[in-house]
Amino acid sequence: MTNLALAFLSAGIGAGLAIIGAGLGIGKLAASAMEATGRQPAAGGDIRTSMIIAAALIEGATLFALVICVLLATKA
Amino acid sequence: MRKAMVLFAGLFASSVLAASPPAEGEKEDVPAYILHHVADSPEIEIEIPGSYEHIAIHLPQILIPLKEGACAPQMTDHGETHPGLLAGCLDLSITKHTVMMFLAALLLVGSLLIWSNRDKSKLVPRGVGANLFEMLVVFVRDELAVKNIGKEEAPRYTPYLLTVFFFILFMNMLGLFPWMATATGNVAVTAALALCTFVLTQIAGIRAAGLGGYLAHLTGGVHWLLWPIMIPVEILGLFTKPFALTMRLFANMLAGHIVIFFLLGLIFMMGSAAVGIVAVPFAMGIYFLELFVAFVQAYVFTLLSALFIGMSVAMGHHHDHGHAEEHGHKEGGASHDHGKAHFVGS
Repeated sequence: MTNLALAFLSAGIGAGLAIIGAGLGIGKLAASAMEATGRQPAAGGDIRTSMIIAAALIEGATLFALVICVLLATKA
Repeated sequence: MRKAMVLFAGLFASSVLAASPPAEGEKEDVPAYILHHVADSPEIEIEIPGSYEHIAIHLPQILIPLKEGACAPQMTDHGETHPGLLAGCLDLSITKHTVMMFLAALLLVGSLLIWSNRDKSKLVPRGVGANLFEMLVVFVRDELAVKNIGKEEAPRYTPYLLTVFFFILFMNMLGLFPWMATATGNVAVTAALALCTFVLTQIAGIRAAGLGGYLAHLTGGVHWLLWPIMIPVEILGLFTKPFALTMRLFANMLAGHIVIFFLLGLIFMMGSAAVGIVAVPFAMGIYFLELFVAFVQAYVFTLLSALFIGMSVAMGHHHDHGHAEEHGHKEGGASHDHGKAHFVGS
């Protein structure tokens, strides 16, 4: 394999791994938030806001990884 | 004396009919086509449905040389290009995304002029537009500004949050119309927006805690022996927030458009119209998802801006760091009491 092929391969695998992490994180977050809302529907609004903030932070960290993947794929 | 020279190359709105029908049997380069469409460009291309022709509107190119003769055009194999900022040429050209930003700002100002409720004798807004805007404005004020910044300080920062929310929303929505482009799918645009939030956050922090308190906050409140570790970490933390804001908005808007284009591009890559039976409904689905994402991303950007400003405002209250969050959970009168008690305490 050439270096170029390796760079493309690593970009693809890296993007996939980052998405697995983000998917797991946001999935667990949403599950807990729904359980909490089910237990105490009155607090639904606050729980939703906190959930979105946490989801946005997870997404942000994932995007850092994806930026590295894009750099690998374009600068290779 | 250095002369500030403004070069106007290319005439505004000089329309050219560019025809480029692909040769028979030529493989269409779908990825290149998509990237060309999503990227910024010095001209607006308006495709004519049902033909291979498009109208190209060339936009004015404004180059300001910081050094004498720095903006001389260079011939490369990609055609005529201009040197970058490092070579001393400041490029302030109007591009496709700039035009979309102008358009979004114009639409925003226009629609608010029409639909804002300026007649104070009638407190109830009438009509769909006025009610829609009232709903969104009240939502940003009550759910984002007051809940995250606190009752006392929220009115000061609400105008900025409203501006940023509606501007991003309009730019996101403009990209979903045919012949338009998404300005928020350009990293420079989102970086500039995040920079505004960053500067405002720092100003809010300095206002709340004073310059000394602001600098003291950068040390994390630990023993001075730990400062060499804490200060770089805190400074890094300052810059990752706007960076995450930039990348989130940019990546979300860009990715959605690329997915729509690729689903439609599958038809051409496979070379069969039958693929369209699957691809077009899928693209429609993604399109509606994009409509939702346009709102969500404007909301998330505003929410996080409010949150960061709230954290900076809370910097002034050293004995009570959970101040902004506490406010969020208190309703009406309780929050007011808390605010008063706080005012006495500080």
